[in-house]
Amino acid sequence: MYEVIRRDEIVPNIHLMVIKAPGVADKAKPGQFVIIMPDETGERVPFTISDWDREKGTISIFFLEVGISTAKMARIQSGGKLYSVAGPLGIPTSIDKLGTVILGGGCYGIGAIFPIARAMKEAGNRVISIIEARSAYLLYMEDSLKEFSDRLIVSTFDGSKGMKGSVQKVLTKLIDAGEKIDQSYFIGCTFMMMKCSNVTRSHKIKTLVALNPIMVDGTGMCGCCRVTVKGNTKFACVDGPEFDGHEVDWQELFARKSLYLKEEAMAYQTYR
Amino acid sequence: MKNEDKKSSRQHMPEQLPELRVRNFEEVPYGYSPEAAVKEAKRCLNCKKPGCMSGCPVQVNIPKFLSLIAKGDFAAAARTVKEKNALPAVTGRVCPQEIQCESGCILGKKGDPVAIGNLERFCADYERDNNLIELPEKASSTGKRVAVVGSGPSGLTVAGDLVRLGHDVVIFEALHKPGGVLFYGIPEFRLPKSIVEAEIDFLFRMGVEIELDSVIGNIRTVNELLTRDGFDAVFIGVGAGLPAFISVPGMNLSGIYSANEYLTRANLMKAYMFPEYDTPIVRGKNVAVFGAGNVAMDSARTAMRLGADRVRIVYRRSRDEMPARFAETHHAEEEGVEFFLLTAPTRFLGDEKARLTGIECLRMKLGEPDESGRRRPLPVEGSEFKMECDLAIIAVGAGANPLLPGSTEDLKTNKWGYIVADLQTGKTTKRGVWAGGDIVTGQATVILAMGAGRKASDSIHHYLTWGW
Ligand SMILES: Cc1cc2nc3c(=O)[nH]c(=O)nc-3n(C[C@H](O)[C@H](O)[C@H](O)COP(=O)(O)OP(=O)(O)OC[C@H]3O[C@@H](n4cnc5c(N)ncnc54)[C@H](O)[C@@H]3O)c2cc1C
Repeated sequence: MYEVIRRDEIVPNIHLMVIKAPGVADKAKPGQFVIIMPDETGERVPFTISDWDREKGTISIFFLEVGISTAKMARIQSGGKLYSVAGPLGIPTSIDKLGTVILGGGCYGIGAIFPIARAMKEAGNRVISIIEARSAYLLYMEDSLKEFSDRLIVSTFDGSKGMKGSVQKVLTKLIDAGEKIDQSYFIGCTFMMMKCSNVTRSHKIKTLVALNPIMVDGTGMCGCCRVTVKGNTKFACVDGPEFDGHEVDWQELFARKSLYLKEEAMAYQTYR
Repeated sequence: MKNEDKKSSRQHMPEQLPELRVRNFEEVPYGYSPEAAVKEAKRCLNCKKPGCMSGCPVQVNIPKFLSLIAKGDFAAAARTVKEKNALPAVTGRVCPQEIQCESGCILGKKGDPVAIGNLERFCADYERDNNLIELPEKASSTGKRVAVVGSGPSGLTVAGDLVRLGHDVVIFEALHKPGGVLFYGIPEFRLPKSIVEAEIDFLFRMGVEIELDSVIGNIRTVNELLTRDGFDAVFIGVGAGLPAFISVPGMNLSGIYSANEYLTRANLMKAYMFPEYDTPIVRGKNVAVFGAGNVAMDSARTAMRLGADRVRIVYRRSRDEMPARFAETHHAEEEGVEFFLLTAPTRFLGDEKARLTGIECLRMKLGEPDESGRRRPLPVEGSEFKMECDLAIIAVGAGANPLLPGSTEDLKTNKWGYIVADLQTGKTTKRGVWAGGDIVTGQATVILAMGAGRKASDSIHHYLTWGW
């Protein structure tokens, strides 16, 4: 059992959870994830590690309530418990001095790009962070990201804050304005990662995406999370989760992610 | 005379009827009654040179435990088995006895060998069900600490042996439940999880500790176990947990599982109890399982129980080459699983949503023997045919997961990624580190993994007492 130090709905439907998991906190690196089971009857679900405190032995994750597992997690109060937390899993992001680095985040990805922004900044890069949300009231993490970004560009679909549009739109504008980008990195919903990869492809900008297929064990044992990258089958849990966004078979990923839509809806509804 | 005949024939194992059990997850054989067990044990001829014992990879004193059952002292029989085998209720159910102990039984020459496996299971169940389990003596503490990575049968054997000898043992397990394949792979109807839990609980009562959710290589490295965490020795028993797929088009369509995924969902995550448990599983109507080992039979029989109309085992060789235990193939056939032998897939077909809808297959014929000594399957030109299918399970073997070896310096692996270890001692190329079980041999059996664990624990004990 792992203690939940804090669970806050920081904006509607997006939760921050701080978990006591000293072993994970001790080893966590940018780009890695944990597999969580909320309770004994729960599923094993992956979440990107957004931050850690090695001294206090805690890690932070952000999640959206979208199904039964996250619904269960959203009902755990500070001081409550999680049944299982395994990690840190996956290959960490390689942090190098590259020049100008773009980090694009949407939904939980706004939180997930944070440790990469921090590490990239500390490695001496010029960091441009771009975040998106449907509307201003759904934005979070702005101050933290600002601290480690040379530029933070906010976008909202309804134009209620920052630029009207999405990460993809902001990205296109930056490129059109002649911004020289050495590497880009996107985390968020699959659609957003695909769209952004399509933009950078035509400009030959190196692009990494953190894929989020369905997983079970998270250690390479089951092959549930297989994705096709450059024509080869890879396991996102151990070969990734980061892959070249220009080489990912996005249609396959969409299809594999939607396999259990019916069951997911049923479980969620029964629970609620 | 008639009575005599009855006395000397093998006691039948009562079982759930096939038509009932194909829709439930309860264990198939009910086990012997005490009377049947005594009768069966009395069949043993007490040979001077017991062939059964030389067939047992962990040298259980079979004649002794059989004679104790024959005398009605079931708990003593169980304790005799446990001197050599820490998981008798498990091995009694899953060992391939027909090629081990029972193949050496002299009665087998003319008729049926003594049902050693059934009796092993009987005495272990009897001891447990009647609360007769006693903790064996433990040597006084040596102050030495041993880390065991992986809680499958090899790791559990090492842990049990060393804790008895007075060493402190901590098991590190990647998953949230201990037991390895015994828990996540082998289904409930063949090996009830409560039995696995009880046998593991025995080790905890002996003082073994466990850290679950601990993927070694990530949360800690083997080096850190030896240095920072102060362990004097490390045993690696992480199994052969990397699923193999088949290199044909369409392998990543939705509705195609590795057997590992399918069985992990069903067993470890209890998807067969969805929505009581949250993990979903595809409930196929037309199921094809590729491969013909125990893993394939377990997958096929699970699919039956999850409501399939038709389940087919598709195997590219013939019946003679099928690696499954006899009992598994037999049970699968009784339950209505069909066998498409000498058949191999060439292509998986899907609909516009990339969901599996069918499989294109090819007939095979057997050619000359290959490196494995089995006749090589060769395609029959122009024999392609299609079968309808909405769930395919790939059970064609497993490989070495590179996660742990890849994160451990000086640990030599062979060309397939298995850890190089001395077969007599389990010593690896890295000082203070032993390995055994499937991660050394490739996917084998529970009892061979336990045998490897035994050799390693002897060697570790020697090292902790006398040095490398
Ligand atoms: C479905 C199925 C049915 C089978 N049926 C039979 C049968 O009927 N009879 C028989 O004799 N054999 C059978 N086998 C084979 C048998 O189960 C294995 O040979 C045996 O379990 C191997 O034991 P092991 O100790 O090497 O590893 P495993 O049982 O594979 O256990 C390894 C453990 O290590 C853990 N682990 C892996 N990596 C790490 C890491 N980095 N850090 C920490 N922990 C880690 C895993 O999670 C797992 O719990 C079957 C196998 C399968 C898959």
